[in-house]
Amino acid sequence: MVESVKNWLGQAVPRFEDEALMTGNARFIDDLSPVPGIRHVAILRSPYAHAEIRSIDLAPARELAGVIGAVSGQELMAGLEPLASAVRAPMNYFPMAADKVRYVGEPVALVAAEDRYLAEDAIEAIEVDYEPLGAVVDPIAGQQADAALLHEAVGSNLVHQRTFRYGEPEAAFEAAEHIVRLNWRYPRQSSTPMETYGAIAQFEAAPDRYTIWSNFQGPFILQPLMVRALKIPGNHLRLISAPHSGGSFGIKQGLYPYLVLLAAASRHFGCPLKWIEDRLEHLSASSAAAARADGIEAAFDGNGMLTGLRFANCVDVGAYVRAPEPASVYRMQAASNGSYQVRHIAIENRLVVTNKTPIGLNRGYGGPQFYFGLERAMEVAARRLDLDPAEIRRRNFLPASAFPYDAPGGAVYDAGDYGKGLDMALELTDYPELRARRAAAKAEGRLFGIGLAAGVEPSGSNMAYVTLALTPEERAKAGGRSGGLAAASVSIDPSGSVTVHTDSTPAGQGHATVAAQVAADRLGLEPRDIQVITAIDTQSTAWSLASGNYSNRFAAIEVGAIAESADRIGHKLRRIAGEMLEVAAEDIELAGGRAHVTGAPEQGIALARVAAASHWHPAGLPDDLEPGLDDTTMLSPAVLGAPDEGDRVASAVTFGFLCDLTAVEIDRDTGRIRIDTYVSVHDVGRVLNPIIVEGQIRGGFAHGFGAAMFEDLAYDEAGNFLSGSFADYLCPTAPDLPEVKIGHYETASPQNPLGSKGMGDGSSMLAPAAIANAVADALERDDIELPLTLDRVWRMANELGEGE
Amino acid sequence: MMRLGLGERRRISCTVNGVARSGFAEGRTLLSDFLRHELNLYGTHVGCEHGVCGACTVILDSRLARSCGTLAMQADGAEITTIEGLGDSDREPALREAFSRHGALQCGFCTAGVLLSVKHFLQHNPKPSDGEIRDMLSGHLCRCTGYEGMVRAIAEVAEGQP
Amino acid sequence: MKPAAFEYCRPDTLEEALAALAEFADDAAVMSGGLSLGALLNTRLVQPAAVIDINRITGLDRIEVTGSMLHTGPLVRQADALNSPLIGEALPLLAAALPNVGHYQTRSRGTLAGSVAHADPSAEIPLCLAVLGGEVELASSRGRRRVGAGDFIQGALETGREGDEMLAGLLWPKSQSGDGVAFIEVSERHGDFAIAAAAAVARRDGDALRYTLGLGGIEDRARLTSGSAPAAASAFAELAEQAAGDLARQLDPMQDRRASAAYRRHLAGHLGAQALEQALVRAGMEGGT
Ligand code: FES
Ligand code: FES
Repeated sequence: MVESVKNWLGQAVPRFEDEALMTGNARFIDDLSPVPGIRHVAILRSPYAHAEIRSIDLAPARELAGVIGAVSGQELMAGLEPLASAVRAPMNYFPMAADKVRYVGEPVALVAAEDRYLAEDAIEAIEVDYEPLGAVVDPIAGQQADAALLHEAVGSNLVHQRTFRYGEPEAAFEAAEHIVRLNWRYPRQSSTPMETYGAIAQFEAAPDRYTIWSNFQGPFILQPLMVRALKIPGNHLRLISAPHSGGSFGIKQGLYPYLVLLAAASRHFGCPLKWIEDRLEHLSASSAAAARADGIEAAFDGNGMLTGLRFANCVDVGAYVRAPEPASVYRMQAASNGSYQVRHIAIENRLVVTNKTPIGLNRGYGGPQFYFGLERAMEVAARRLDLDPAEIRRRNFLPASAFPYDAPGGAVYDAGDYGKGLDMALELTDYPELRARRAAAKAEGRLFGIGLAAGVEPSGSNMAYVTLALTPEERAKAGGRSGGLAAASVSIDPSGSVTVHTDSTPAGQGHATVAAQVAADRLGLEPRDIQVITAIDTQSTAWSLASGNYSNRFAAIEVGAIAESADRIGHKLRRIAGEMLEVAAEDIELAGGRAHVTGAPEQGIALARVAAASHWHPAGLPDDLEPGLDDTTMLSPAVLGAPDEGDRVASAVTFGFLCDLTAVEIDRDTGRIRIDTYVSVHDVGRVLNPIIVEGQIRGGFAHGFGAAMFEDLAYDEAGNFLSGSFADYLCPTAPDLPEVKIGHYETASPQNPLGSKGMGDGSSMLAPAAIANAVADALERDDIELPLTLDRVWRMANELGEGE
Repeated sequence: MMRLGLGERRRISCTVNGVARSGFAEGRTLLSDFLRHELNLYGTHVGCEHGVCGACTVILDSRLARSCGTLAMQADGAEITTIEGLGDSDREPALREAFSRHGALQCGFCTAGVLLSVKHFLQHNPKPSDGEIRDMLSGHLCRCTGYEGMVRAIAEVAEGQP
Repeated sequence: MKPAAFEYCRPDTLEEALAALAEFADDAAVMSGGLSLGALLNTRLVQPAAVIDINRITGLDRIEVTGSMLHTGPLVRQADALNSPLIGEALPLLAAALPNVGHYQTRSRGTLAGSVAHADPSAEIPLCLAVLGGEVELASSRGRRRVGAGDFIQGALETGREGDEMLAGLLWPKSQSGDGVAFIEVSERHGDFAIAAAAAVARRDGDALRYTLGLGGIEDRARLTSGSAPAAASAFAELAEQAAGDLARQLDPMQDRRASAAYRRHLAGHLGAQALEQALVRAGMEGGT
């Protein structure tokens, strides 16, 4: 085959990952035994939401056969520094409680044994004497003077508060003709990947160093935090990712305190330790998406133009502010105008500690909560102003001519055409017909409603956006912060085969396939010829703070790094081939696994031979060429600057757009919501692999649908955790999900050479708002909260209060 | 009556994927742990260990079993099929190909269990409707895909059956 | 999540199983399909001294007709019941309920008797047994006895089984041709335990239709009402609504995170009326179900 496919990018290349996964050959963390003598860990956890630990008796556990040892938090944490965050209030967060527990599931003691069965026997034998304290479960009540205090040194459960002003919000509200006000509670939820946390930690003495295999997914900005907690130099903590990870959606970020815990315990017991989190541990104590008690005010003029916004965000952060929190509430701030022209925005962010598991990354990270407010407000405004919900959005959208667009909060929107996306959604739903059906249904007294939501999808985060939690003065003192580094390398070995390394630690997103597509196009190869290593080993892979798998950074930034290294390797190959074929490098083309003279495919040479020359015969290379073929790119998009004095920051590299439109009908008798129509339109820039893009869109929708309908990490008033199994925490199953029509269009991003934008959060951000809007329209009321359980919807449909 | 005291271990022999295998287990050892950590068949995954998610599904003596809710002792003398045993027979290659092409898997953690269910299901219901496929899939949790690709792939493979 | 240690017993005969049960008295768990027990063991919510695995005992998986009753052995799997022509014909109510029980996968090994022994208030199988007026057969080394389904289940996860007894079978009164049956439930997701379920049977008896309506998931066990309707009636909606409403009003519904008492009471009336009406209409029609 001389001329194979020219452009692999954009093609529906089936994923190379799949075969191993479908034959049982893919290796996940619990499949690994990288060192001999591994012992197994079980963790004793607090049954109380809030309690003093009076004493712990480990002796009964230590006496059991097969037990290596048992250690309390008090003993183990004494040798560590706390894990820091960007919030400066005096809260010491350690991976295990020492003298006080602050949430159900907080680690209290740890046992190592010959197997997990024995380890669980041993933790049952441990006796802990607790002095229960009053619990804080509500972020509003938690701010009152009589609330129990989680962190005495802070003196309040309100541990962080900042206000922001972009433009002239006061003037906008003064001049407004209509003001929409909404207040609501957003529930705690979790993306619950099917594989839980897992890690194997090994301590080696002299010099002290730790090696940890795990399904940690980054961001690797947490590595320096772990290093500081362990009080070691950075290169004494080696993190190695398992070859495969069973899903993450962000949540495996929250594994890092356990890595510190296991490292310390491995040192304590003098043997390598393995811990595989069980599902109860995962649901109760891994990490959650933020519950919020938020409010929004939206100012409109007489034409339905949104002129000002006020956000009052109150984050139920859990028992500690665990880095990278408080990022969830700051992630959308720079883009708090959503997809609209509004320039005058006021924001207040409050963080309240409660007796619940600390929050952290989960799919959409801050997006679902943000859009629930903004897009509910748009819907309410449309009704109040008697405008069609599509029309009010169209009027307010940024025009296609606005890009690149400097958003009021500092985000730089790279490319877009929002009106086109809306048009496509309207067309796919046959909107006029849908509205006619709605009118007819309403006339018959049926509960039928239409809901719309639109928004931008920030991708490829600026590591500095979280420093908005600091005042400009504090930031200046702390030193500059900016950027979102990606690292990738491309190499060709002496036999001529290509290997790509990425620092993207995927958990099912098919990065290996897309990376191979990117490199194949640039080197004239077939993707299957290229080996891609996506697992990070901090000792041998190029990595930096932003490395990892979050905020859709792969298609936003990582692909650019791969392309850059592949181009440099390609250039070198052309130089060498030119030399061999006695033509200029510019006249060489790489295609079909060969380097040939442009326009004369028969005058060519196998790429493998060209590559081999650089290894086998360096002396024969042109004088200015270095031997070997190995290139590493580290790049940080120029747009990702430091936050300015006005708290404006370019928080992300690319801003995709999506628009979800749904119609629902509610059964008054059962409260059942039937999704009549669901359409989701996406602009993710250039589509790199349609199979993967569609998969992300459908998966993102499933998360958003689950969040809208079922999902809730529930606590009772005493802080007892009520959602400890998959029979209590309900995730959508196949028959629950409605048919979703997907629409695509592209506006190419100028932010990377491929034109792609990050994607993956997708409808996880918008489906909750879109479905809530449709339910609001069906029931003709504004007070919609999630999840939309049967009981809750039945109650609303029949105008019943809580106790009725 | 076979009895096994507390903490006692016993050799279990069974046929896994057509091959005679044996290993040791206690009375309380879960079949999922036995397959994974005693027989080193790591393709069977554990997602919840309380019988809800379906990740650990295997075929045990012609019945689908949640291996996390089954004791290793119950596999003594039994015939078991795990993901490692799905190979080139009947529809299996077509199923894998269709799963891949339709994006029916992402992280692949749920996939082993799903494929075993599908194998069993199509044997008993060779021409299922989409509704029946969805109904069957309700015994599996997948957090990545939204199931759509699975439904399409299964329908397509069933369609192509003689 | 690993079970606490237990002694494992694998009897080859029913007698051996009963002897083991007698030996461990209250401290043994009988394992059939393992669907409910497995989760309880793994989470250590139950920690029996012994698990008695009855799966190897031959003959316990039979579905047999004994006079006007159908006897299902303790190892009759839900999937086999669903696929059984005998059950399809003789127990149309059970056949209608079974697709709602768990999932394709769990029905494969899950047993009818295991569901009854577990006595979850929302479970479909015990509801059907109660509505049909079936019985539970209990065996111990002391002998055998039969208990009416209504007396057997004494509360949420509570039954009249003595510590040394095991369920030796379920006895189901056979339906007659012409009987009308209906089963309806509401659950948050497909395959979940019902928030509320209604099962109804109706049979022509001269000029009347005699019916029984049962509601599951509302209280800690199934609640029943019986009555009759004129067979010649042109419509049954009003009567069904009345009967279901009367029953629903007498109930003291459970309240949990999934559903309030008010919602359960409402569903009880609503689903009960639907199920009863369907059963009456079907029984009233010529040719029956
Ligand atoms: S691991 Fe067995 S069902 Fe989830
Ligand atoms: S593919 Fe990841 S859970 Fe199904």
